[in-house]
Amino acid sequence: MKVLVSVKRVVDYNVKVRVKSDGTGVDIANVKMSMNPFDEIAIEEAVRLKEKGIVTEIIAVSCGVTQCQETLRTAMAIGADRGILVETAVELQPLAVAKLLKALIEKEQPGLIILGKQAIDDDCNQTGQMLAALADLPQGTFASKVEVVDGKVNVTREVDGGSETVSLTMPAVITTDLRLNEPRYVTLPNIMKAKKKQLDIFTPEALGVDVTPRIKTLKVVEPPKRSAGIKVPDVATLVAKLKTEAKVL
Amino acid sequence: MTSLVIAEHDNASIKGATLNTVTAALKCGGDVHVLVAGNNAGAAAAAAAQIAGVTKVLHAEGDGFTHGLAENVAAQVLAVAANYSHILFPATASGKNIAPRVAAKLDVGQISDITKVDSPDTFERPIYAGNAIATVQSTDATKVLTVRTTGFDPAAATGGSAAVEVLTSVGASAQATFVGSEIAKNDRPELTAAKIIVSGGRALGSSEKFMDLMTPLADKLGAALGASRAAVDAGYAPNDWQVGQTGKIVAPQLYIAAGISGAIQHLAGMKDSKVIVAINKDPEAPIFSVADYGLVADLFVAVPELTAAL
Repeated sequence: MKVLVSVKRVVDYNVKVRVKSDGTGVDIANVKMSMNPFDEIAIEEAVRLKEKGIVTEIIAVSCGVTQCQETLRTAMAIGADRGILVETAVELQPLAVAKLLKALIEKEQPGLIILGKQAIDDDCNQTGQMLAALADLPQGTFASKVEVVDGKVNVTREVDGGSETVSLTMPAVITTDLRLNEPRYVTLPNIMKAKKKQLDIFTPEALGVDVTPRIKTLKVVEPPKRSAGIKVPDVATLVAKLKTEAKVL
Repeated sequence: MTSLVIAEHDNASIKGATLNTVTAALKCGGDVHVLVAGNNAGAAAAAAAQIAGVTKVLHAEGDGFTHGLAENVAAQVLAVAANYSHILFPATASGKNIAPRVAAKLDVGQISDITKVDSPDTFERPIYAGNAIATVQSTDATKVLTVRTTGFDPAAATGGSAAVEVLTSVGASAQATFVGSEIAKNDRPELTAAKIIVSGGRALGSSEKFMDLMTPLADKLGAALGASRAAVDAGYAPNDWQVGQTGKIVAPQLYIAAGISGAIQHLAGMKDSKVIVAINKDPEAPIFSVADYGLVADLFVAVPELTAAL
């Protein structure tokens, strides 16, 4: 069974982003870019499924600028067998990415499609669910455990009050949550091997997909700043201030 | 212009998140209807009909809705979607699970986690873990939105008298079945609705110490319990206590963070709290940059002292 994993190139999670003073967006020039952390978890899960003999081939997909090839090489260094870049300079929004992935799953016919639950740049949390709907597939989102059993996939999901488990027919779309697994460190030999793995490049036009954005960004600003707080010397002072000054007790 | 709010409920009653979502819907302009899709959900539908500002409740019944499976609820929404200019879900685990399926089938974009409605097609939302606020405009005819509940006051639960219309329910999908769940049951206020939250970090060291130290403090304050990602990852607290960019977003009157360093991703989940207290033995911990009151102290001494002093 093939598994398709979608990976996004995003600003590294350690970077504290700066809003541009002209209000047009966040300054990402010369900022460190990395694979979206949830997508690393997705690749890792695919590799573990392959190690268990459930999956025979892992295809990593990334959509965007040509530098996404670096993200695909990282995916291949973690263990993906080959990569596909859908290259475009157009701002890609989740609906467009879902349509591109749908075109690819029609070509590749995977049994499982795994995505990160959200990208840490736009924080949308939409692409996996949109893909599932477009392809008429079931979904197991916010997965903390994935088990393939008797031709179906059981996904344990983190939900607001705890967790729940759903059983899905395959093909199915899974989105990963933080505790699904801990991604392995990439080793130098695997980085070298990844350079030689197959990487195909398509365009949205070749896949027959219109990726025109539907949502316009009018402006981007910093959030309101909190005024500076104070340090209190002891618990007694803290309690007094919470009662008389802050009036929250 | 008419909005449809997809209710979050437990068949017997409407959950608070629905009320904040109704407020957002009212700000979009036009009438507001509520969809209750459930199993033996008559009481929830009746409660929805009482929400101030709601003029119609659509009630769909079916086994497939018992556990709110996205495939089934989305299909039900789609059956009526053509009547609505705006379709809103609370940005809860359930809302986030279902909304994008609706948007994709309608071939429209979705705007997630709106914190403000500027006009019927323009909304504010946080990006980059809340380090930037984007004002975005939908160019689609139908707006599909998830609503960050901390951005909107709850509509009054009573005062409305909407008509309840029973819908023909869509059938359940054969592709997804519910197997089981582990939902914690306790008397504490729900984390996203609590007025006071006490939250523990990895410094607590073990789940026993987490409970021993934090529970009495929470009890004294009638507070909900939260945790940092590090504490949850280490097994000291359950996953549904996680506050942060990819966990729960909270904005209580009082947030007390004990042994939490204050990583960007944690701050994303709590920096809109009215008053923030930080207890940490590291004076350089980033949490102090957002704390109104910071106590540099060993939490194993300070937290019990605080509990006793209340």
